[in-house]
Amino acid sequence: MGKKKFMSQTDMKIGVIGDEDTVTGMCLAGIGHVDGQGKKNFLVVDSKTHQKEVEDKFHELVSRKDVAMVLITQACAEGIRMTVDQYAASGQVIPTVLEIPSAEMP
Amino acid sequence: FRIKMSTGILPSRMNLQLFKIKAVSAKKGFDLLKKKADALKKAFRGILQKIVESKACIGEDYNEAMLGLAEATFAAGDFSRAVVDHVKKKTPVRLTVHSDNIAGVHLPIFTLRHEEDNSDDNSLLGLTGGGTAINKAREKFTKFLKVLVTVASLQTQFVTLDQVIKVTNRRVNALEFVLIPKIKFTIDYIDKELDEESREDFFRLKKVVEAKKQRQAEKYANNDNKGKQDNENAEEEVMVEEQDAFDDDDEDVFI
Repeated sequence: MGKKKFMSQTDMKIGVIGDEDTVTGMCLAGIGHVDGQGKKNFLVVDSKTHQKEVEDKFHELVSRKDVAMVLITQACAEGIRMTVDQYAASGQVIPTVLEIPSAEMP
Repeated sequence: FRIKMSTGILPSRMNLQLFKIKAVSAKKGFDLLKKKADALKKAFRGILQKIVESKACIGEDYNEAMLGLAEATFAAGDFSRAVVDHVKKKTPVRLTVHSDNIAGVHLPIFTLRHEEDNSDDNSLLGLTGGGTAINKAREKFTKFLKVLVTVASLQTQFVTLDQVIKVTNRRVNALEFVLIPKIKFTIDYIDKELDEESREDFFRLKKVVEAKKQRQAEKYANNDNKGKQDNENAEEEVMVEEQDAFDDDDEDVFI
C-alpha cells in the first residue's frame, strides 16, 4: 500500500535559515540549539554568506533525524530555489520545509 | 475496447460458482474503495482551506514579531549576538510529532511543546535596558512560531494526503476498468460453454432416441413377416444396433 508509518517522536527540533533578525527572534523564542560538536540548528544568512554554505546547511538540516521542521526565509529560499524544489519533489515528509516572509519581502 | 482474456479456464460449474463469488467480492471492494477516495478528497479540501487561512495569519504575525524585535533592539541595543551565542544544549521549545488517523490515513501532526527550562541566560539579556521590550518581542515570536508550526503540520498532511489519494484512485480505476470486466468476461465464457455442452448432450440424446424408435418400427415390420423365433434375434440385433447407433451418432457429432 505504501503507507508511511510515522513514529510518534517527541523532542524534535526546529531549524532556521534566515537573516539576522529572523534568527535572533527565533532564538529568543527558544528554538536555538547547539549539540556536542558545536553544530547549530540555525544559520544566519547575510550578504556575505555564500549560496553554497546555505545549501550545505539546508542539506544538513534536512538529513538530521532530530529536526522535524525547517524554517527558511523567502529571500534565502530564492537563492537555493533548486535545492528546495528538489526536496519538495522527493516526497520526504519529515522534516517539513516552510517558507517564512523575509524582512525585505513581506 | 477488446479485453485480452485467457480462456484457459476449465468451463465447469464449479468454476462458474467460483467466478461469480469473485465478481461479488470485487464489486464490494470497488464500492468500498470509492467511498474511501471520496472521504479522502473531502478531507483534502478541508485541509487546503485551513492552510489558506493560516498562511494569511502568518503574514500578520510575522510583521508584528519583527516590529517587536525592532523596538527591543532600539531599547536594549544590539543583542542579537548575545542571543545567538547563548544558545544552549537544551532547547526549551520542542516539537512533538504524532501520527493522526484522518479518514483512514495516517497523517503527521506537529505540536509545540514548551519546557520551562532555566531561562537564566535569556533573562540576563535585558538587564542593560529594555528588558520589557525584549520580553515582548519574545512573546510575539513565540506566537508567530505557534502559527508556523500549525501551518507546517497542515502542509505535511496536505502532501501525504495527496499521495494517498493518487494511490487510491489508481486502485479504483484498476478495479473498474480491468479486473471487473475480466471477471465478467470469464463468467460469460463459462456460461456459453456450459450451454453448448448441454445442447450437445440434448442433441445426442435426441438422435439416439430417434434411432431406437426407427429400429423398433423395423422390428415390428419384421415380426409380422418372420415370427417369434426372430424376436430373439431381433432383440440381439437391437442391442447390437443400438451400440452401432451410438458409434454412428458419435461420428455425427464430431463432424
